[in-house]
Amino acid sequence: MAEIRIKGVAKDFGTFTALHDVDLTIADREFMVLLGASGCGKTTLLRIIAGLETATKGEVWIGDRRVDQLPPRERGIAMVFQNYAVFPHLTVFENIAFGLRMKRMPQAEVTRRVTRTAELMHIEQLLKRYSGQLSGGQRQRVAVARALAMEPEVILMDEPLSNLDALLRLEMRAELKGVLAGSNTTTIYVTHDQVEAMSLADRISVMNGGKIVQAAGPVEVYRNPAARFVGSFIGNPPMNFLSASPAGAGQWQVGGQVFAGPEAPAAEFAIRPEDLHPSDTGLPAEVRVVEPLGPHTLVTATVAGQPFRAVIDSTLVPRPGDVLHLAPMADRIRWFNPETQKAL
Amino acid sequence: MTEAGTQDAPPAPDRVRRSGRWVFVTGVGLLVAWVLVPIWLLLANALSAPAEVTAFPRSIIPSFDTASLEFFFGFRGVLDALWNSIQVASVTMIVAIGLGAPAGYALSRFDFPGKEAFRFLVIMTRAFPLPLLALPLAVMFIRTGLDDTILGLALVHATLALPFAVLITFSLFSGIPVELEEAAWTLGCTRLQAVIKVVLPLAAPGIAASAVFAFVISWNEVFAAAVLTIENRTLTAFLLQSLDVSPLHLKFAGGAALVIPALLFIFAVRKYLFAMWGIANR
Ligand SMILES: Nc1ncnc2c1ncn2[C@@H]1O[C@H](COP(=O)(O)OP(=O)(O)O)[C@@H](O)[C@H]1O
Ligand SMILES: [Mg+2]
Repeated sequence: MAEIRIKGVAKDFGTFTALHDVDLTIADREFMVLLGASGCGKTTLLRIIAGLETATKGEVWIGDRRVDQLPPRERGIAMVFQNYAVFPHLTVFENIAFGLRMKRMPQAEVTRRVTRTAELMHIEQLLKRYSGQLSGGQRQRVAVARALAMEPEVILMDEPLSNLDALLRLEMRAELKGVLAGSNTTTIYVTHDQVEAMSLADRISVMNGGKIVQAAGPVEVYRNPAARFVGSFIGNPPMNFLSASPAGAGQWQVGGQVFAGPEAPAAEFAIRPEDLHPSDTGLPAEVRVVEPLGPHTLVTATVAGQPFRAVIDSTLVPRPGDVLHLAPMADRIRWFNPETQKAL
Repeated sequence: MTEAGTQDAPPAPDRVRRSGRWVFVTGVGLLVAWVLVPIWLLLANALSAPAEVTAFPRSIIPSFDTASLEFFFGFRGVLDALWNSIQVASVTMIVAIGLGAPAGYALSRFDFPGKEAFRFLVIMTRAFPLPLLALPLAVMFIRTGLDDTILGLALVHATLALPFAVLITFSLFSGIPVELEEAAWTLGCTRLQAVIKVVLPLAAPGIAASAVFAFVISWNEVFAAAVLTIENRTLTAFLLQSLDVSPLHLKFAGGAALVIPALLFIFAVRKYLFAMWGIANR
C-alpha cells in the first residue's frame, strides 16, 4: 500500500512562498500528474515528496509512514530526473544495478532485475555502454529502467520527456504509460504539457502560483474546470470567457443573447471553442482570422469586443470581417465568479 | 544617425584589425620569450659539459653532455635534499587535498552564511608575505619541536597550497551536476556514500591534478624551506645555501633538476588550472 498523503505542505524560499498549504491525496497505484505553468511549484512539491527539499511546514505520508523527516533513501521512492542524471562513470548495466547493489542484493538477483527492466525499456543491447555513448532518448530509458529496477512503491518523475524531440516524446509517452500501468507503483508525474497530462493521468492536479487549483480526472478537469485558470490553461485553444450582465433571476445577457445561468450577484460566461455550432440565433462573432486545420477550422473572432475562438467544421469557410452566429451547446456552458474566479 | 556615422568615421576596420593583430602577435611573442628563454638557457647549460658552460663565445645548442648533471647528482647532500623535497611535497599534497577537497565540496554544495567571505579569505591567505610570517613561525616551531622536520615544513607548504586546492576542487565539484548526487540518494546512498560512489570517481582526474599542483608548490618553495630547516634541507633550500660556493655548471644542473619536474607536472594538469582561474575570475 503506497497511498501518498500531503497535508498542509508549504515551502518558502526566503521571502518567496513557492507552495501555499498544499493538501493532496494520491491513491495507491494511481497515476497522478502535476500540471502547471513553469514556476508554479511542481518540482518543489515533487522534491519535497522525494526528500530532496524540506517543507517549511506540513506532513508527507507514504502508506502509513510519516516520511517528511526521513532521508530520500528511506522513503521507498525512486525518481526520474528531467536531465536523466545517468551516472557517466558507470555502464548502463551498473547504472540500473546501482540501487540494487546499495541494497546488497545477491548478484544473480541483480542480473535478473537489470535484464528484465532493460528488456522492458528496450535497452538490453546497450547494457555495456556508457552514458556518453547514448542518445537523449536512450538515456531517458536508462533513467526509467534504473527507477523501475528498484521496484519502488512510488515513482516520481520530473518532466521526464521535456528534453526529447517531439516524435520521440510521443513514442516514449505511450511506452511509459504501458510500462507503469503494468507495475504496482504509485506514480507522480510532473509536466507543463497538458496533452501529456491528459494522455497519461488517472488524475490531474492543476497547479497555479504554488496552489493546487483542481485535482480530478482528465475529462472532469477539461469539462468542469473548478476555476477560471483551469479552463484557460487546459485545452488548445483554451476556453472562451465572456462577461455577462444580469437579466432577471438566473438569467444572464451575454453578447446580446440571454442564457439561463446561476443565481449570483455576478457571473462570467465560459464555453469551449469546440462546443459551438453555427446557428442563426447564436452569439454574433466578428471573424478576424481563419485557420483551416484539415478536420476543423479554427476561427479567431470577437464577440461584443471580447476575444473569442471557435473550432468549426471545415466545410464552413468564413472570411475575415464576416459575422458568424455561433450557438453554444447548452449543457457545455460554464459560469465563473468574476471575484473569486471559482466555478459557480 | 547614418550621417553622423559617416562624418566621424572610425579608421578603416581593415587597418584596425591588422594593427591590432600586430600588437597581439608581438605581445604573445614577448610573453612566450619571457618564459621560454630562461628555461632554454637553463636546459642548454645543464646539458652541456662543465667546460662549455663557462666558455666564450658559447653555443646555445646543448652538447647533450651529462657530465654536469652527473656531477650534480653526485654532489654531497643533493640526493638527501632531493629525498627531503619529495617527502615534504608528498605530505603537503596529502594535507592540502585532505583539507582542501572537503572545503571545496562544501563551497560547491552548501549555502551558508559567510560563504562569499570565506571564498575571499581563502584567496586572501596568499596576500600575507611569507617572510613576514617566517620569524614568528620559526619561533613557534622551535617551541613545539616542529622546526627542521619534514612535517613542520609540509604544514607551512600546505597553507600555501591549500587556497589553490580549495579553489580547484570547488570548481571541479561545481561542474558535477547535483542531480547525480540526488539520484544516488534516492537509490539508497547516504551523502557520504554518494560522494564516494559518484562524485569522487567523476572528480578523480581533477583532484589528482590539484594534488600535483600542491606538490609543485611545495617543490618550488624556497623561503620557508630555507628558514625553517637546517639539517633536513629541501632541494631548493640546499641549492640556495650552496649557490655561492658551487661552480656555475652545478647551479644550472640544480636549476634544471628543480624546474623540469615542476614544468612537466604543471603541463600535465594545465586543463584543471585553467578551470580554477575561470572560477577565480568570476
Ligand atoms: N532553491 C530555490 N531558491 C529560491 N527559489 C526557488 C528555488 N527553487 C525553486 N524556486 C522558486 O520556486 C518557484 C517554483 O519553482 P519550481 O518548483 O521549480 O517550479 P516548476 O517546477 O513548477 O517550474 C519558482 O518561482 C522558483 O523560482
Ligand atoms: Mg520544474
